[in-house]
Parts: sequence; structure tokens; C-alpha cells
Amino acid sequence: MREKILAAIDKNSKIPAADLAIMLGTTEEEVVSTIRQLEEESVICGYPTLINWDKVECERVTALIELKVTPQRGLGFDKIAERIYQFDEVQSVYLMSGGFDLTVILEGRTMREVASFVSEKLAPMEAILSTATHFVLKKYKEHGLPLVQTKHDERMLITP
Amino acid sequence: MRNPLAKVVVDMPPSGIRKFFDIVSEMKDAISLGVGEPDFDTPWHIREEGIYSLEKGKTFYTSNAGLKELKQEICSYLKRRFDLDYDYNTETMVTVGGSEAIDIAMRAMLEPGDEVLIPQPCYVSYHPCAVLAGGKPVVIELKGENDFKLTRQELIAAITDKTKILVLAFPNNPTGAIMDYEDLKDIVDVILEHDLIVISDEIYSELTYGRGHVSIASFPGMKERTIVINGFSKSYAMTGWRLGYAAGPAMIIEQMVKIHQFAIMCAPTASQYAGVEALKNGDPDVEMMRDAYDKRRRYVIHSLRSMGLECFEPYGAFYVFPCIKSLGMTSEEFATKLLQEEKVAVVPGTAFGECGEGYLRISYAYSIENLKIALERIEKFVARHKK
Repeated sequence: MREKILAAIDKNSKIPAADLAIMLGTTEEEVVSTIRQLEEESVICGYPTLINWDKVECERVTALIELKVTPQRGLGFDKIAERIYQFDEVQSVYLMSGGFDLTVILEGRTMREVASFVSEKLAPMEAILSTATHFVLKKYKEHGLPLVQTKHDERMLITP
Repeated sequence: MRNPLAKVVVDMPPSGIRKFFDIVSEMKDAISLGVGEPDFDTPWHIREEGIYSLEKGKTFYTSNAGLKELKQEICSYLKRRFDLDYDYNTETMVTVGGSEAIDIAMRAMLEPGDEVLIPQPCYVSYHPCAVLAGGKPVVIELKGENDFKLTRQELIAAITDKTKILVLAFPNNPTGAIMDYEDLKDIVDVILEHDLIVISDEIYSELTYGRGHVSIASFPGMKERTIVINGFSKSYAMTGWRLGYAAGPAMIIEQMVKIHQFAIMCAPTASQYAGVEALKNGDPDVEMMRDAYDKRRRYVIHSLRSMGLECFEPYGAFYVFPCIKSLGMTSEEFATKLLQEEKVAVVPGTAFGECGEGYLRISYAYSIENLKIALERIEKFVARHKK
């Protein structure tokens, strides 16, 4: 049931528990208590809203920064990752395989703001060997959901 | 001028669904629960394979019976899913949707006066196809109290010495009924005893909920007398590609290929390449869609029952078939009034045979959001007209 509930709300956290119970063939109580438990276990970590900021009159830039870092003895990459993700500007931090170590996704109001964050906050950290900043020009899809076009139902109204 | 028309065609009534379609298309802002096709787009990897075939210049006819690779995939699919053994070369053919297979199967087998048993309510094309092929359709009226399954007694009662073909269409459009192993076992010996041929339209075979699909061809002695019809439209959301297939005894398939060869030539080539990809790598898509339909199915049944409509639990396809007799209206009255008063389009059960009177076909090939709005309106309507 846990996996079923998670799969069902992965793309839409707004489904009411009562509806979810009907759709999954269980009781509302079970859905509510399972979700509460998943929240307590930090399996469910939050319920953000997927917003296409491009459509809003509001300056915002997203940048993806590749970092090469020196892991610290006994702590690996976790310590440096934590130092980075504590900043409010940082949206995501991933440890990567391959040519670099950490991917940091930053959000700022202007390119200048992002640039100064990288040069003043990130680059000077002792463990950070190099940074490469890529600005996002347009977002097409996020969290498995397309941000660009909305699809219309093109089917005929009645078919056999 | 002489009368240019053939009597058999002129005498054929237009599809009951057509009439309702015309009324609905007048209504600009109606929301519909009336379609018989998936709301999902064809999975991208399948579409992409069709596009790639065009890029590579695969723009020619294939052999009449279909691409060898596709027929091989069909055979391995039928084996894997339903434990059916067919030879790709002589016992399968690719058609333009399941619909073509229904037509040419009837034409390949029917002699004037041969009777075709058609359990109704059912999809609209079996009856006219039988007529056009020179056969005589004999309707078996299935009953709500049997969950719209074909019973042994109903079958026996309909058989005469002229009966040649039985059409079985489960999972069923419009009722959503399925016939499981026990139900089929009950009628198999009747079919064998009376030497009937079965046209088994299994187009919804991937869409069963909580229980798997059983093909009648998998019973001993049945493969020799069954034409299994299936296709890509429902399971892979590929209605517009027009791709289906038939599997059956070589001697029947051979004759069906003859008709297909002269009337059609071959199924669309790009669709066939896409079909190969669907069968090879489409299982996760089927599962995802089945899972989504199942959630909606539960939701719709729950809503209909809580507004007081009797509704048997359908385990297949993507339809529910609620009974509206308690409201004292005919199916057509209900559907027309619902459209006028609440702007929701559903299909009257009578579009699928007279015994669909008192029922509606509601399709749940829609998003939950859409279903929710439509069902709220139906609830208002029912509350207002309740006696």
C-alpha cells in the first residue's frame, strides 16, 4: 500500500485522501495514517508546487553548477554537500558519478546574483577545486510533467 | 437514372451511436464520457519508432499478411500472455485494426443463410459485418443479472442447425464484463458439440483488473475452431494507427489473407514498425495505463453507486454500464436529458443492442479531474429526477 500511495501522489499531491482510498480500494483512515507515517519517516519530505515561473512577471534565473571538490577524510562528500545545501539560494544538490562531483542547482533573481553567489560563497570554499556554471534558458519539463504546452482532448466526443 | 445503391446497404440502419454523436456535436461546451478510445497518447518510444521507420524510408508495402518481424512478435506475445501457440507464417495476419479482422473473418467463412450468434450488448460492427457477408445475425440478449456474461443455457437456446459462428467479445464493450476461465469452460463443450466456429474479439485483453484475461482458444480443441482477433488500439493507446491482427487455423487465415490482399493490400507500414516496438518494449506502458484505468474504474463505480445507481462491477475494458431503470426513463431519454440539462454526454445502452435498454455506457478513459466534474453533474441530474 505504501508504494501504491506514493506512486499515486508522486505527480499530484492534491488528491484528497478520500478519493485516493476509493481509487486504491482501501479506507480513508488507512491512506491518512500511511501518509502520516511516510511523513514521519521522511519518505515524504514536502509538497511543493510545480510553477512555470516563465509565465509570471518576476525575474528569476536558474543555474546548474558543476563542482569538483576534495572529499574529507571520514566524511566523504557529505560534509561539503551540507555546507552547500544550507544556503537558501540552493534548490538541489546531487552527488554525481563521472567527470565532476556535485551538481548544485541555484535559483536567483538575476544572473549577477547567481554569479556573485558562485564567486563569493562557493568558489572560495577550501574543498572546492573548480566550478562550472550553466544558466538555464528555458524549462520544458520538470518532475515528469511538461511545462510548455497544454494538451487538448482531440478525440471525437462519442465513438463506439 | 437507375438506383445506384445496393439493397443490403440501404437496409442497414446507421450505427445507433451515430445518431447520438450528431446530437452531441451540436452542444459546444458539453463534457463527454462517451469515447471508446484511450485518453493516453501512444507511448513516445512507440511513436518514435514509427517516425524512425519513415526516416529510414520504410515507405513501401509490406507483404500482404504483414511484416515477418511483427508476426513473430505477435506469436511470442500471444504465447507469453495467453499461452497460445501460433505459427507466425501460416496462422497469423496483420490487419487494419481489429475491425478489418472482424469483417474479413465473417466474409471468409459465411455462406448465405449461415447464422452468426451475436451476444449483445456489444460493439456495433459484428451485426452489419455478418449481414454484409451474407450471413444471418442471431442476437443473444445478455442479462444484467448474469453480469452480462454469456451463459451455457443462453447459448444452447440460440443454436439451430444453421448456426455456424459464435462471436465472443470479452472483455466487453460496452458492459466491461469479462468471461473468466470457469465461465468459458461452461460453454466450450457446447461449442464443440455443435461444431461452431468462434470469432473471439479480444481487443481489450490487456485491460482486465484484478484477474487475468483467458482466451477461449486456449481450451483443448478450441484453437482449431477459433479466430482470435486482437490489436494495438486499446492496449497501447494506438487507435489512430489502425493496427490489429488475427490468429487462427491456417486454412481460415489463408482465405482471410486473400480478401485482405485484394481489398487492403497491407496494413500501414509505419504502423507495423511501431507495432513491433510496442510488443517488444511496451509492457511497462500497458501496466501503467492499466493501473490508471483501475483507479478511475473504482472511482467511477463508487460514485455511481453512491448516487443510488445500480452498477455491477466490471472487470474489463474501460467502461461501466450502470442501470438507470429506477429513474423510469429510457436510456435514450436519460442520455438526451443529461446532455441538455447538465451537458454531459454518455452513450445510451441501446446503441449496443436493444437489450442495452435501461443502461448507459460510461467510459472512464478520462482524467480523474474530468471524471469528477462529470460525475458531480450526473449526481445532480439523478437527484433531481429520482422518483
